[in-house]
Amino acid sequence: MTDALRYRELPVGSIGHRANGWWGALTLIATEAALFAYLLFSYYYVAVQNGRDWLPAELPGFKLAGPNTIVLVVSSVLVWLGERAIKRGAARIASLWMAGGALLGAIFVTVQYFEWSSKAFGIATSSYGSLYFTITGFHMMHVIVGVVVLLTLAAWSALGYFDSRRNAAVSAGAIYWHFVDVVWLAIFTSLYVTPHLGVG
Amino acid sequence: MTTTDYDRAPRLVDLGSHGSLVGNLEDIWAPKPGLYGWIVSVDHKSIGIRYIVTAFIFLLVGGLEAMVMRFQLARPNERLVTPEQYNELFSLHGITMIFLYALPVLSGFSNYLFPLVLGARDMAFPRLNAFSYWVYLASGIFLYASLLVGAAPNDGWFNYVPYALRAYNPGPNMDFYALGMIFLGISTTVGSVNFVVTFLRMRAPGMTIDRVPILTWGTTTISVGNLLAVPSVSLAFFLLWMDRQFGTHFFRAETGGQPLLWQHLFWMFAHPWVYVVVLPAMGLVSDALPFYCRRPLVGYTAVVVGTITTMVLGFGVWLHHMFATGIPFMALAFFSGASFIITIPSSIAVFSWVATIWTGRPVITTAFLYFAGFISMFVIGGVSGVATAAVAADLQLTDTYFVVAHLHYVLIGINLFAVLGALYVWFPKMTGRMLDESLGKLTFWIVFIGFNVAFFPMHITGLLGMPRRIYTYPDGVGWNAVNMISTIGSVILATGILLYVIVVLKGLKSTERAGDNPWDASSLEWATLSPPPHYNFAVIPYVTSRHPLWESRLPGQGAMFRRDEGLALADGKEALATTAIEAIPDAILKMPEDTAAPFIVTLAMSIGFTGALMHLWWLAGAGALASALGILVWLWPEAELAQRAEEPR
Repeated sequence: MTDALRYRELPVGSIGHRANGWWGALTLIATEAALFAYLLFSYYYVAVQNGRDWLPAELPGFKLAGPNTIVLVVSSVLVWLGERAIKRGAARIASLWMAGGALLGAIFVTVQYFEWSSKAFGIATSSYGSLYFTITGFHMMHVIVGVVVLLTLAAWSALGYFDSRRNAAVSAGAIYWHFVDVVWLAIFTSLYVTPHLGVG
Repeated sequence: MTTTDYDRAPRLVDLGSHGSLVGNLEDIWAPKPGLYGWIVSVDHKSIGIRYIVTAFIFLLVGGLEAMVMRFQLARPNERLVTPEQYNELFSLHGITMIFLYALPVLSGFSNYLFPLVLGARDMAFPRLNAFSYWVYLASGIFLYASLLVGAAPNDGWFNYVPYALRAYNPGPNMDFYALGMIFLGISTTVGSVNFVVTFLRMRAPGMTIDRVPILTWGTTTISVGNLLAVPSVSLAFFLLWMDRQFGTHFFRAETGGQPLLWQHLFWMFAHPWVYVVVLPAMGLVSDALPFYCRRPLVGYTAVVVGTITTMVLGFGVWLHHMFATGIPFMALAFFSGASFIITIPSSIAVFSWVATIWTGRPVITTAFLYFAGFISMFVIGGVSGVATAAVAADLQLTDTYFVVAHLHYVLIGINLFAVLGALYVWFPKMTGRMLDESLGKLTFWIVFIGFNVAFFPMHITGLLGMPRRIYTYPDGVGWNAVNMISTIGSVILATGILLYVIVVLKGLKSTERAGDNPWDASSLEWATLSPPPHYNFAVIPYVTSRHPLWESRLPGQGAMFRRDEGLALADGKEALATTAIEAIPDAILKMPEDTAAPFIVTLAMSIGFTGALMHLWWLAGAGALASALGILVWLWPEAELAQRAEEPR
């Protein structure tokens, strides 16, 4: 054991996945994932208890939500490219990719706003409306936080705070953004797809 | 050597030949002086003790509430408090004991002990640690502010709808509770994050996953549980607040909502919570009981597996709180079965403790007495739990004093007795002073007798049909004697607790020095000074067994542990990260300096929650914005913490 400790070069500080911040981000994602699981549980529970005519007459359509989902998925790809760029040490390029991801996130929020405006019901109209707006609202808040995180990372990258080794914050921010996107796929499936399949 | 280095090989040194190291560490880790220094401290030892003291104050407050209730119930048709006051009393009592005492006191011990038993310099996230304490304190004050404005929560700690909805409860009582619980949930969550990452990353080199003290297993297990369960209750309270303030329909039956959704979300959190407030206490006993039995714990692996299995199964039994709500027969059968099964993993530790005492050479100290009392109370509480797990019996017992008896045997038996014993064990480490043993033993017997006289008769009160949560009862229904006995018992118990506080205050002034290892114990915290220096360990120790300080006396491997030999990390505030399973050195971590950021963000959040409570939306928005800015400043990459790239040289 003593020998194992001797003369071992160790990275110092926030280095990639060895930084505690990275581990902290994973635990944060675990608890956030649980939050959305409980939100979707509430949706299905109330749906099952009320039966088929609980859903609104006009089922949620894909006209806005479909393209918007693609926007969000593409944003994840940009953020992934940004993380790869910083790991090569290309801070300027990483900054651009991050800003691009943030822009797509902002577009998602804008489209979602129009989607909300087009609904015939409000949050206080029915239990369906309460759940629809609360679940998508929780997600929208997460996207907004994510956009702020991505813009911050873009700024920090542009300021030259990160290089090919010290970039743990980028990895933490990026995994959070991917998480927000994956959660949207779960919400999209539950709120938009399953009603057309006769479930929920 | 400067902080600009990306890699470094820490030196393995012997303190005997590196005397200057300690002086350097004293300078590097010195706290800031005065009140400001206290507010900005991120030292886990200071935070741990604050947690314990604050939780103990809440225990005393909750105890006072209980005493008023016991005096009200001492005789039939008593008029000490009004029905509404009684509702607020039992609600606040439950909220205080379950949320503001039971977990925080264990978090206090875990905060204090984690780095010390793991051989680390601090927790993985020292600033987050300070933040979790401040938010706990702020949310506790927020909840108790309701009492000052005469609008305390009045629907019991599990706060069922529809009574909690605005139509039946128009005052701000429930809004205090709803927002206060969301606020407190933030503290619990970030605390859990810290325990999990500390457990996985901050262990001394060589402390492989099967050499970790059980108390860290207990707390880490429940922290993972918290990460998955707390969102449920935070969401439930958020939805309730929305129903109350914004006319949504989550719980309102008349508009397609589901009142039972509240119960599901609440108990999906609150049943795991029952394990959350006992598993760390069981861990404390599993580690400390062997000190007084003069042998290692019997069945380390079985206890660890039992702990984890209990937590996992704990997520699958929530419906047994809802047997009387008219749910389908299949669900009743499934959840009743699950509730029986969970008794198996949760009782493994009991057999392990009994075997440890049986095969050891017990030294009867005050701590040992508390632990022995803990084991016997656990058995009674466990058996009455089995009774309520049976659907047929539960339909008779639910909402009666039998349940009150059961939950107090569990919570006082497995939490409070363990805590009172644990303080005896680790008080010498925290303060360098001993607690009085003879007065301690007397106190134990008063607490033990008082507790049983107060709560054992409640089993009978329940079987006689007295419902819980009634502010009084008529004469001549056969409940007079049992209630009077319970009240007398509660007075004895309160006397014991008061005496305990006196013993602790006396201990703070005691001149009897504890020394580094007064109990001749086996784990790493006893290998440093009492109280420990700010940096915990002058050199990062390395371990090759479960009981580093007992190695010379245990068969097998010989004495490998050397207190004065280890890795020197003194280039600024530094700690060592190791790999999650094998605990091989993995990185040198730069630890943050003391900072006011956690305190300021907590203040900003308190303003935000107060704004939401009072419908001052501009204030709520300002609080949220200030919190966000505070967090941004907090997370800003710092060169000192080696978070920033260096200019190429």
